[in-house]
Amino acid sequence: MDLDTRRRVNYAGVLAGPVAWTTLFMFVPYAILLAYSFYSREFPLIVPDFQLGNYLQLFQDQQYFQVFMRTLKIASLVTVGAILLAYPLTYFIVFKIRSPRVRMTIYASVIVPLWVSYLLRSYTWKTILGNQGVLNSFLIWAGILDQPSDLFLYNQFAMVLTLTYIFVPFMVMSIFAALEKIPVSLIEASKDLGVGRIRTFLAVTLPLSVPGILAGAAITFGLTMGDFVAPFLVGGPDGALLATTIQAQFGTALNWPLGAAIAMVMMVIILLIITATDRAERAGRLDLG
Amino acid sequence: MTAATLERNRTVGLSRTRRMPFGSKHASDWTLGIAAAAVVAFLYLPVVVLIIFSFNDNNLTTWPLAGFTWHWYQNAFANKELMIALGNSIYVASIATALCVVLGVPAGIALDRIDFPGKLLFRRLVLLPLVLPGIVTGLAMMIMFTKVLGLSLSLTTVILGHGTALVSVVATQVFARLQRFNRRMEEASADLGARPLQTFWMVTLPNIRSAILGSALLSFTLSFDEIPVTYFLTGRDNTLPMYIYSTLRRGITPEINAIGTVIVLASLVLIVLSIWLLSDRGEKSGK
Repeated sequence: MDLDTRRRVNYAGVLAGPVAWTTLFMFVPYAILLAYSFYSREFPLIVPDFQLGNYLQLFQDQQYFQVFMRTLKIASLVTVGAILLAYPLTYFIVFKIRSPRVRMTIYASVIVPLWVSYLLRSYTWKTILGNQGVLNSFLIWAGILDQPSDLFLYNQFAMVLTLTYIFVPFMVMSIFAALEKIPVSLIEASKDLGVGRIRTFLAVTLPLSVPGILAGAAITFGLTMGDFVAPFLVGGPDGALLATTIQAQFGTALNWPLGAAIAMVMMVIILLIITATDRAERAGRLDLG
Repeated sequence: MTAATLERNRTVGLSRTRRMPFGSKHASDWTLGIAAAAVVAFLYLPVVVLIIFSFNDNNLTTWPLAGFTWHWYQNAFANKELMIALGNSIYVASIATALCVVLGVPAGIALDRIDFPGKLLFRRLVLLPLVLPGIVTGLAMMIMFTKVLGLSLSLTTVILGHGTALVSVVATQVFARLQRFNRRMEEASADLGARPLQTFWMVTLPNIRSAILGSALLSFTLSFDEIPVTYFLTGRDNTLPMYIYSTLRRGITPEINAIGTVIVLASLVLIVLSIWLLSDRGEKSGK
């Protein structure tokens, strides 16, 4: 065997496993999901078909369209909330902590919760916010409340709070990557030119960190859209999100084609957002020169 | 972090010390510092609450605290269903992690250095689970398994699902490490007459070993805690998160706080170890 052939054989050996796996367990299942979204349901059967009825139902049936709009609203609020909490923290870590070792330690301690049981971190908010929870009993103990309040749990506020909490570390991670790349000399140059702190921030730091904010926002928005744990644990009667609806279609409602269509819509929205922010990120990089 | 970044951080740190000595801190720095501390407190509050109330001698999670007890831990470890679920989770996470390594390492290598038709699609597919909610992946696989392949759902299908959803974790870390790896070392090895497989075992692998180990630990933690994919792919057997999820329907018991504390602390250890392995220091110790 000559060298070139041998190399090709090696490459084929490396590629075969991962390519076969992604084809069989990702490409094919997604394709089947897409096919199912065009099927029709003749209760209790699911009939192979090619029609857009399931997609139309999502947008025309008030019941589903409301959930769709609510999901977009909650995902937007969570994204904005995560940015508002993560930005000052990340800015502080990157620019105000001088020792690199301390900086990396604090950064690590902030992003570690990201990988710690997502279920348990959501669940704890249920124990904090509940009628007999930590917050209520604390407020009564402190004499601020006479009666436990039902205002904290089982509503959209609780969902936004819990999901924001979950996604802050994601946001910190992407903003950190962007802020860290900004040369301090740029900021110092701006200050040397007599520009104030706030204007320096608005004209130099903030624009250069936009790619990081966008990357974090894309992930946060997408993953919030697909969450069914927070609505289940802390959401109220008006708390169903798209993922909850999908879950119901594959459970009690037994309408797989509709569930598949909703999942496809979700997937398309997420892919569009990721593509758009990727583009914006690349454009931002060119700006930096 | 790359060595270059750290190096730059060091110089950045120096210039900042020169420019802003102690005492000349602006009032806005303090505001920012307090805001930052508040966010960190917010991030750790639920973890602290979980741990404190796992030792609290009260059926309800209410303030003020009622006294110390091991009771909830004893309950949790005496709970047969819970222990079976724990065993299932360890079994699933171990095999899924092995799958992630077996597939993720060659995937990372392929992404770094092989050009092949369809590479872009392959890259997109491998990375997709990082941004796509697990519910979509879980659903898609569930339909294929049950309706097309005619399999019944079990822990095996859960393992296949986790392996698929988490292979990206290993692939991206191996890819990132290879990107920073000096290819000359492989060329030197080849020049010295080593065969490609020898070069891989003796030069490439030792250099990416800590990245593989670190991402494997991360995959294990993530698989252990996984809910959305598991939800659609599990049969009669429960994993621990699915068991907890189903008991939460019935209401909260401090038992969950106890087993939760064990999981959280174990995850923290694995993750810190994993971050260390994936960082510069891990890289050095891997060499």
